[in-house]
Amino acid sequence: MKKQNKEFQNVMDIVIFQNVSKVYRMGEVDVAALSHVSLQIPQGAFTALVGPSGSGKTTALNMIGCLDRPSEGEVIIAGQDIGPMDRRASAIFRGEHLGFVFQDFNLLPVLTVYENVEYPLLMIRDIPKGQRRPAVEKLLDAVGMADQAKKYPAQLSGGQKQRVAIARALVSSPALVLADEPTANLDGATAQKVVALMKHMRDTFGTTFVFSTHDPRIMDQAEVTFHLEDGRLIDKSTIGKEAGHV
Amino acid sequence: MFKVIRLAMKNLLRYKRRTLLTGLLIAVGVVAVIVFVGLSSSFKQAIVGQITDSVISHLQIHRKGYMASIDNLPLDRMIPANAFEKLSGILTRTDKVAAFSPRIKFGAMLSNYAQTTNVRLNGVEPSKEQAVVPLLKNRIKNAAHEDLLFRKGEVLLPEVLAKGMALKTGDTIVLVANNKDGSVNGMTFRVAGVVESLMGPGGRDGYLHIDDAAALLRMDILEISEVAVRTKDFDHLTDLSMHLQRVLESIVNKQNQPILEAHTWDQLSPFYNVVRMIDVMTVGIKVILIAVVLISVLNVMMMSVYERVREVGAMAAMGTRPGRIMALFVAEGFCLGLVSALTGAAIGIGLLEMLNLIGVDVAFGRANQVFTLAPSVEPVEVLSACLIVLGVSILASLQPAAKAARLEPVEALRHI
Repeated sequence: MKKQNKEFQNVMDIVIFQNVSKVYRMGEVDVAALSHVSLQIPQGAFTALVGPSGSGKTTALNMIGCLDRPSEGEVIIAGQDIGPMDRRASAIFRGEHLGFVFQDFNLLPVLTVYENVEYPLLMIRDIPKGQRRPAVEKLLDAVGMADQAKKYPAQLSGGQKQRVAIARALVSSPALVLADEPTANLDGATAQKVVALMKHMRDTFGTTFVFSTHDPRIMDQAEVTFHLEDGRLIDKSTIGKEAGHV
Repeated sequence: MFKVIRLAMKNLLRYKRRTLLTGLLIAVGVVAVIVFVGLSSSFKQAIVGQITDSVISHLQIHRKGYMASIDNLPLDRMIPANAFEKLSGILTRTDKVAAFSPRIKFGAMLSNYAQTTNVRLNGVEPSKEQAVVPLLKNRIKNAAHEDLLFRKGEVLLPEVLAKGMALKTGDTIVLVANNKDGSVNGMTFRVAGVVESLMGPGGRDGYLHIDDAAALLRMDILEISEVAVRTKDFDHLTDLSMHLQRVLESIVNKQNQPILEAHTWDQLSPFYNVVRMIDVMTVGIKVILIAVVLISVLNVMMMSVYERVREVGAMAAMGTRPGRIMALFVAEGFCLGLVSALTGAAIGIGLLEMLNLIGVDVAFGRANQVFTLAPSVEPVEVLSACLIVLGVSILASLQPAAKAARLEPVEALRHI
C-alpha cells in the first residue's frame, strides 16, 4: 500500500472516473444513479459536486470514497482502481488515504472531542500514543477547538461538531477528504465558516477536498465544480475559466 | 486490545440503566450458582461425612458374592481366616489406609425375658471400629463407658429396638443366633448404650465385640463378613479403591480365582443417589445461568447494534476494519459478562460468609438429626461460574457483532 502511495504522488488527477455508470435495482425496476460519467479531479483541488436531489452527487461521492462500486466503467482513486477491492481492502484503503466529513457529523457520542479526533489514529491506523497526541493537538488547534477538547459532542453546537469532524477527517493526513453535504445541517453563517475552514485546511495541509452540495452560497467557494443532473455530468466549471458543457 | 476494551466500556455506560439491569440479572444468576453450590456441597459433605464416619466408613471389602445378598447377612459368604490374614497384611502395608476394622455381621433374636425380636448386629473390635467410624461414639446415648464403645459381654442396641422393648443401659438381654450350619446358640449380654438411628445400610444395627460374635456363632476359626477401611485422604478414595482392587487379586481360592472385592461408600449407600441428584441440580442451575446470560447479553447486544447502525456506518466509512468493528461489539459483551460475573461472585461469596456466620441448620433423616452446614465454595467453582458467564457472553455477542461488521457503510449511513 505504501508503494501505491508513492506511485500516487506522481498522479496529477487524484480522482478519475472513466465512463462510470451506477444502476440500482429498486424492486423490479433498474434506476440509473450515474450514467456514463467521466471526470478528473486534480490533486489539491477544492472541488464541489453540485446538483439537485437525486442528481447522483452522493453516489459519485460514495464511489470516490470507496463505499460503492460502479456498475460499469472505472473509478481510479489515488492511482488505484477501486473495482476489484473487497470489503477489507477498501476499508484499509479508506483508512489510509481518505477522510470523511458527514452531513450529520457522526461524531462518536461516548468520546470527547479529543478522543473523536484521535479515533482514526487509534482505531484505524494503530499509531502509537506518542505520535497521536501532537497530531491531534495540531488539528484541534487548526480548527479552533483546542479549548473544547474535553467536551462531549452533545455539549457542542452544530458548527463546532463539524469543526471536530473536519479535524477528525484530516488527522491521519489523508490525500483526499470527502464531505457529503457538510453544511446541510448548519445555518448560513456557520456554513460559510465551515467551508472557509475546509478551504483553509486545504491551503494548510494541501489536501484535496471533494464535497457535495446543493447550497448555492457555498458552491461559489469551490475551485472546481461538477454539475450533475439525472445522473449525468452536464457541466464542469473552474474558477478563472468560463463554464462549459462536458 | 486495551483500546477496544476501553471503547467497549464507554459504549456500555452509554445506556446505564439497561446495562445495570442486565448486569444485575447476570450477577443474580452467578450468586444463585455460587450459593447453591456452596450450600449443596456443604450439605453433601455433612451427610456423606455422617454416613461414612458413623456407619459405612470410606470403603469396604467383602468376599465376592456377599454384596448380592447383603440384606440377608449371609454367613456362608464370609472372608476366610487365611484370606483375612493376607488382607490385613495388605491393608497394613498400604500407605493410604488410615485404619481398618473387621466386622462380623449377622442377624439374631433378642430377648428381654418378656419379649423377643429380630436384631441386626455387628461384631467388631471397639478400638478398630472407632478408628474407621469415629462418629459412632457420638451416636451412643447413655453410654456405659466414656473411653471406649463397649467391652466384651456388652452390646450396643439400636435406638428403635431399645425403645420398643423398654431397654436401657445396664439391662441384661439374651441374644440367640443361628450359625452357618443352622445350629442355635444363645448368650446373655449387658446393654452398654443405645445407638441413634441413621438412614442407610447399618444405620439401625446393634454392636457387640467381635469375639462375642464369633462365640455366639460358634466359629472355631474366625471368619469376617466385611472389612471397613478408612482412607487418609477422602479426595483420593477412588485411587485407593483401584489400588486395592488390583492387589486383592492376589488373594485367590483353590481355583486360583480372586475371592475379594472392594466397594467405595457410594456403591454401598443409597444416599449416593441423593448426591447425584444434587450434582444434577447443580448442572441444572448452571444451565439456567447459561440461558439467563445468553438471552440477556444477546438482547442487549442486538439492541446496541440496532441503535448504532449509523454510528457503525460512520466508523466503517472512516476505514475501521470489519474485524475491529466485530471485536468492539464482542468486547462489549465480554465486559458486560466480566463485570457482572465478578460482581455476582463477590456477592455470592459474601452471602456464603454471612450464612456461615448465621449458621444454617438442616434436618436429615430423623427430625432429631440436625446438621449445621458450613457453606463454602471451592475457588474452582467460582472460576467455573465466571468462565461460563464470560464464554456465554462472548458467544451471545458474536451474532450481533458479526451483523454490525457486515453492515454496508453506505446503507448504514442512510439508516434512520
